[in-house]
Amino acid sequence: MGEMEQLRKEAESLKDQITAARKAVQDSTLQEAAAGITVVGRIQMKTRKTLRGHLAKIYAMHWSTDSKLCVSASQDGKLIVWDSVTTNKVNAIPLKSSWVMTCAYAPSGNLVACGGLDNMCSIYNLKGKDGNVKVMRELAAHTGYLSCCRFISDTEIITSSGDCTCILWDIETGTQKTVFAGHQGDCMSLAVAPDFKFFISGACDFTAKLWDIREGTCRQTFGGHESDVNAIGFFPNGNAVITGSDDATCKLFDLRADQELITYQDSSIMCGVTSLAPSLSGRLILAGYDDFNVNIWDMLKAERVGVLAGHDNRVSCIGVSADGMACCTGSWDSFLKIWN
Amino acid sequence: MSNLYLCAPQMEDIVTRIQDEKAGGVAIRTVKSFLSKIPSVVSGADIVQWLMKNLSIEDPAEAIHLGSLIAAHGYIFPISDHVLTLKDDGTLYRFQSPYFWPSNCWEPENTDYAIYLCKRTMQNKARLELADYEAENLARLQRAFARKWEFIFMQAEAQVKIDRKKDKAERKILDSQERAFWDVHRPVPGCVNTTEMDIRKCRREKNPHRVKKSVYGVPDDGQSQPSPVHISSQPSRKPTKEDVQKEITFLNIQLDRHCMKVSKVADSLMTYTEQFMEYDPFVSGVEPSNPWISDDTTFWDMEASRDPSQQRVKKWGFSLEEALKDPAGRDQFLKFLESEFSSENLRFWLAVQDLKRRPLQEVSTRAQEIWQEFLAEGAPSSINLDSHSYELTSQNLKDPGRYSFEDAQEHIFKLMKSDSYARFLRSNIYQDLLLARKKQPADTEQGRRTSLEKFTRSVGKSLTGKRLTGLMQSS
Repeated sequence: MGEMEQLRKEAESLKDQITAARKAVQDSTLQEAAAGITVVGRIQMKTRKTLRGHLAKIYAMHWSTDSKLCVSASQDGKLIVWDSVTTNKVNAIPLKSSWVMTCAYAPSGNLVACGGLDNMCSIYNLKGKDGNVKVMRELAAHTGYLSCCRFISDTEIITSSGDCTCILWDIETGTQKTVFAGHQGDCMSLAVAPDFKFFISGACDFTAKLWDIREGTCRQTFGGHESDVNAIGFFPNGNAVITGSDDATCKLFDLRADQELITYQDSSIMCGVTSLAPSLSGRLILAGYDDFNVNIWDMLKAERVGVLAGHDNRVSCIGVSADGMACCTGSWDSFLKIWN
Repeated sequence: MSNLYLCAPQMEDIVTRIQDEKAGGVAIRTVKSFLSKIPSVVSGADIVQWLMKNLSIEDPAEAIHLGSLIAAHGYIFPISDHVLTLKDDGTLYRFQSPYFWPSNCWEPENTDYAIYLCKRTMQNKARLELADYEAENLARLQRAFARKWEFIFMQAEAQVKIDRKKDKAERKILDSQERAFWDVHRPVPGCVNTTEMDIRKCRREKNPHRVKKSVYGVPDDGQSQPSPVHISSQPSRKPTKEDVQKEITFLNIQLDRHCMKVSKVADSLMTYTEQFMEYDPFVSGVEPSNPWISDDTTFWDMEASRDPSQQRVKKWGFSLEEALKDPAGRDQFLKFLESEFSSENLRFWLAVQDLKRRPLQEVSTRAQEIWQEFLAEGAPSSINLDSHSYELTSQNLKDPGRYSFEDAQEHIFKLMKSDSYARFLRSNIYQDLLLARKKQPADTEQGRRTSLEKFTRSVGKSLTGKRLTGLMQSS
C-alpha cells in the first residue's frame, strides 16, 4: 500500500472514530429534552420604522452596539449610517466600488467597514477630526470577493472571502495577522463569539467551521447541510452555533457536544435562507429567506412561531439589536425595516 | 438562473401534482366567456384550496404567499395580466408548459425578445397587442439592433408562419404560455425579477454543460456578451500528501476533544433561555414601555444609567460574565472587592481588557506597566498566578503585544468566578441593590431572612405580571 493510501485510510478511520464519539454522547435529543416545554406563543411583530434612501438592492446591514444606529450597504454604491429611531441618515458614504456585499459596525461606534467584488475590506472612520468620513484603511490580500466582515475592536477585523479563506487583520498597520484556511468552498459569512476568542464561518462547501482567533486553527467542523451555508450566528452564550443554508433549512450545532442538535425546516418552505439572527435570550431564531419573508422559529421546539412579511423582494440581511429590542431586515427591494 | 435550482424540484413536484386531476389535482377546465371559450384554466381560489389541503397549510395567507412564489417563477400565470401573483378569487390561471420551466436553464437573449415582440405586432389580434412597456422595449430594441433588424424581422415572420399552422385553441394556450415566459425573463417594470442572481453565486457554474439556447432556435452568432461578473473559478487540485497529513492532525485534535452529553447541553440551552426570556423583549414585556412602540425612551435611559434596576441587578447573579458586561456591575463588584482589600484580581482583568483596545504604539508601554503593577516581584497589587502561567506571561512580555496576558487573564477570571464572585453575590453591597433596600446599620440574620421573603414574594409578583404582558403581546 502506498503512503498516500495509508494516510487516506488513517484519515477515514479518524473520521469514523469522531462519528462514533459523537454518537456515544447521544443519550437524548434536544427534541426529547424539550418535550416538556410549551411552544412560545405566536410572535406577531409589526414594522415600526422603514428606512428609505437606498436606490438599489441592499446586501447587508449591521447594528451598532448602542442599539439605535445601524449601517447598511447597497448596490447603489452607498454605505448609509442610520439613526433608526428617527430614520435620519447620519452618514451617506459613497463607495469606490458599487458591488458591495457586506458591511460592519465597530463595537466602539467609531468605525464602519465594507467590501465586495473589489476583494478588499475598506475601513471608514466616522469620527474623523474635520467631520468628514474618509477611508482609513484598505485591506487587500483576498483573491476573491469579500462576503463578510466583523470587527473585534478598532484595531482588528476578521473578513471572509470567496477565495475560501478568512483573514484576521491588524487595522492600524493594514496587514494580515492570520489566514484561516480550510474551507473547500467560498466562505459566505462569519460571526464572532461573545468572548471574542473564537469565530465561526459558513461556506459553500456545506460546512461551518469554528476557529480559534489567537491560535489560528480550526477547532471544529460541522456538516449536515445539503447546500451552501449562507448565514451563521452564535447562540447568545457562545456555546452553540446556528446556520442557514440554500437547502432551505437552519440548523443548531452545539460546540460542546460537537454535533447538530436540531434542524429548522418546513415542507412549505422551499427557498434558501439568506440571513439569520437569534433573539436576546436565544429562544427565537429569526431567519430571512429568498421568498421575501422572515420566519421566526422557536429554537427549542423547532416550530415556526411567526412570520415577518413586508418586503417585496428577497430579504438579504437581518440583525437583532444588542439590547434585543428590535430586529432590522434589509432587502433587495431597497428598504430596511425595523420590527418588534 | 437564480438560486431556484435548489427549490425548483420541490416547486415542480407541487406543480405536477396540482395538475394531475386523477390524483386529486385541481379541475382544469374550459370557461365560456362572451363569444369565445377560454381553454385549460383554473381559478386562483382553487389553487389556494389545493395548496392548503395538500401541503397542510392552515393559514390562507401562507398558501397565497407560496402560490405567488410559484407564479413569480413562472409555473402558473394569470391569463389576462402580466403581473405574476396568485389571487384567492375567481381570477383564471393557466399552467406553464414544462418546455418553459426554469429548470431548463433559460437565459434568453435580447434577440429572442426582439423576435417575440416583433411577431406579436405582425398578428392582428387584440389579445396580442403590446402593453405600453412592451412597446417601449420594442422601440429600444429596434435602436439597439438597427443593423440586424432585417434578420430579426425575418425570424419573426418565420415564427408567425409556424404558429399559423397550429390549431386555434392550442395557439391560445401556447401564446399565453410564451407570454408568461417573457413575463418572467423581461418582467413588467416594478415587478420583481425572479431570475436575478445573487452576484456571489453568479460565477459558480452549476450546469457546466449549459449551452445558451435560443427560444426560437436562432443560432448563436457569437455576439452574446459574457456575464459582466466573470471571475475565474478556483481550480480544484488533487489533495497532496501534505493536505492529508494536515487533515489527520486536525482530525486528531477533533477526536481529542471531550464531547459533552447531548442531554447535558440541551439542559444548558434550556436553562439559559429560561433565565433570559424575561429579558428578551420579543418574548416578554418591557418596563416601563417599549421605546419603539411608545416613543418613550425611559427604558433606554434606565439601561444607560449607573443606577441599576432590580431586574438588571438580578442578571449579575446569572454569571460572572453577565456581571462584568454591565458597567454598573463592574463598579459594584469592584466596590465590594475594595471593601475586602482584594481588588487586584479584578483590576488586573480590567486593565488587560483595556490593553486589548489600545493603539499599537501604546501597547508595549502599557503592557510593561501592567506587569509592574500586578506581576513583577514586589508588585503593589500582586496577583496570584500558578508558576506555569507566570512563566508563559513572562515569556510573552519579552515581545509585548495586546494578547500577552491572555493566559493569565483566563486564570484570574476562573479564580474570581470560583471565589470572590460567589462572595460578592452574598454581600450586602449586592443584596442591598437586589432587594432595593437601604443599608441597615444593624443587619441581623433575621432581618436578612425577612427581606428575602419579601423579595421572593415581590419578584414572584412582578414575574407573573411580565409573563401576562408577554402572553398578551404575542397572542
